[in-house]
Amino acid sequence: MKYLSQSLLVFICTLFSITGYAESDLAIEITKGVDEPTPVAVVPFSWTGGYALSEDIAQVVSDDLGRTGLFAMMSRKNMLSFPTQQDQVYFRDWRIVGNEFLLVGRQIAGKGNEISVEFELYDVLKEQRLLAERVSGNKHNLRDIAHYISDLIYEKLTGIRGAFSTRIVYVTAQQFGQGKVKYRLKMADSDGARPQTIREQKEPLMSPSWARDGSKLAYVSFESGKPAIYIQYLATGKREKIQSFRGLNGAPAWSPDGQKLALVLSKDGNPEVYILDLRSRSLSRITHHYGIDTEPSWSPDGQSLVFTSDRGGQPQIYRIHLPTRSIERVTFEGNYNSRGRLTQDGRYLAMVHRGIDNVFHIAVQDLKTGRLDILTDTYLDESPTIAPNGSIILYATQKGVKGVLGGVTLDGSVRFILPSVSGDVREPAWSPYLQ
Amino acid sequence: MRASNVTKAVALALSVAWAAGCSTSGTSTDSGTTTGTDGSTQGVSTGTGVSGTSMQDVANLQTVFYFDFDQSVVKAAGFNDLEKHATYLRANPSAQVVLEGHADERGTREYNIALGERRANAVSRFLQVNGVSASQVESVSFGEEKPAVLGHSEGSWSQNRRVELKYLAR
Repeated sequence: MKYLSQSLLVFICTLFSITGYAESDLAIEITKGVDEPTPVAVVPFSWTGGYALSEDIAQVVSDDLGRTGLFAMMSRKNMLSFPTQQDQVYFRDWRIVGNEFLLVGRQIAGKGNEISVEFELYDVLKEQRLLAERVSGNKHNLRDIAHYISDLIYEKLTGIRGAFSTRIVYVTAQQFGQGKVKYRLKMADSDGARPQTIREQKEPLMSPSWARDGSKLAYVSFESGKPAIYIQYLATGKREKIQSFRGLNGAPAWSPDGQKLALVLSKDGNPEVYILDLRSRSLSRITHHYGIDTEPSWSPDGQSLVFTSDRGGQPQIYRIHLPTRSIERVTFEGNYNSRGRLTQDGRYLAMVHRGIDNVFHIAVQDLKTGRLDILTDTYLDESPTIAPNGSIILYATQKGVKGVLGGVTLDGSVRFILPSVSGDVREPAWSPYLQ
Repeated sequence: MRASNVTKAVALALSVAWAAGCSTSGTSTDSGTTTGTDGSTQGVSTGTGVSGTSMQDVANLQTVFYFDFDQSVVKAAGFNDLEKHATYLRANPSAQVVLEGHADERGTREYNIALGERRANAVSRFLQVNGVSASQVESVSFGEEKPAVLGHSEGSWSQNRRVELKYLAR
């Protein structure tokens, strides 16, 4: 009985620490493990303030690192001690249980709402301190502090910049009554916590796309009864209607330099990719084909676009080199490949792929070797979006009868689902690095 | 440690209750709140003079036309009623229709919106071939964003691959 209640408590606490707070839409679960993740322990941080903290920073850090699949995070209930500074660390205790790295920290109350966190990262095998930092914030942005720490730890351990301090946006559709739907554009932390509604309307919202500076979004809205492209400034909520020709106005994609928007218009009779220069407002047509050309996405160097076209009879991904306008087909495996997204190094192309089972999965193609790997085994998977450091692909999938967001590492070794509690969740878009 | 766990458990219970309460109240107030910018594509009567017999002719016609997967070919089953719509539109040059194209949920959203437009355009061409003026017909695609039926099987999908013909003015 005692054991049962304890494990229930642990379960509840785990659930709690993962889902965050009342308004949270998303929760994390690891559905598949990596072969040999590096064992890391994040010990609960001490706290000397006179009030209860609203977030468990050490747990947020541990969850961040665990979600990447690169690390096996030690459960607190297996820890023999809770050191918070170097003189309390007995490396042997941590080595015995197989840990390779150890993070300890102290949370210190400052004036008013101010809080500082001092933390140290140790190499358990070498008994060496790798990192010692002090981060300051206030009691209302503890998750920001946590993600900042996660970024530093991730970079120290992998050599790759962390992307935990980024945001995601996504669209939710909530049914209420006969045929009535509320569409919301939401923004949340990269782990799904702290969701905020940044746009709500009765007509569909689609295809959110981040500007490279992270200050604004472009998206498609049907609020006028027809699709039109809008830009919304995140700080002010101000909106601007950018494009509303007759027919389709869709699939906006910001150029890496932030000056142009690739988009799809059917004003000339069928869907074609265009580039809109946001300063001059001049529009140049990029594709010329009677088939469907859509879903443009920029290469990181801004020199080419990948896009979906059914010019070959089925949707496949093509690439157009902008200076020469030469077009090459990129995908050949399977009879449906669409919505390509390139990693920041330009090497990998994530896409929606219909496999031999006739089911839609997320796949990634190594553009150097041509090898295609199918990363997911759920169905109706779509809308892949890649973390700015290339570590994780977020995508939309179905769980039961509900649209939810899933995540998968680029090598497919770790997957997780972010279940929704309110409405169908779809079309995630991962922000660039934010300042 | 234990105390804080209990606190968390209580907080969780409260938050669940709060979330549940919230979604309920959200539902009841949603219909009353409007952001003011929402458009609507519902047919509106602009009171143009229409002869009774013609109105009767289109009132009972099929207005939803279905398509095969990844196809935009108007099926023969719809020809008869589409021809009658065309006849009415020819006889009433001030009448206007919007053709709303839709797709099922399979495949990507932007591709599906292109597919929905292709379907709407196929119906539009059918009407124009039958003598309807291009100015009387407009295509709008909603892709997979507005399914007629929710569900993840062919039973739902077949009802969602459709073009809805709606009179804006009769």
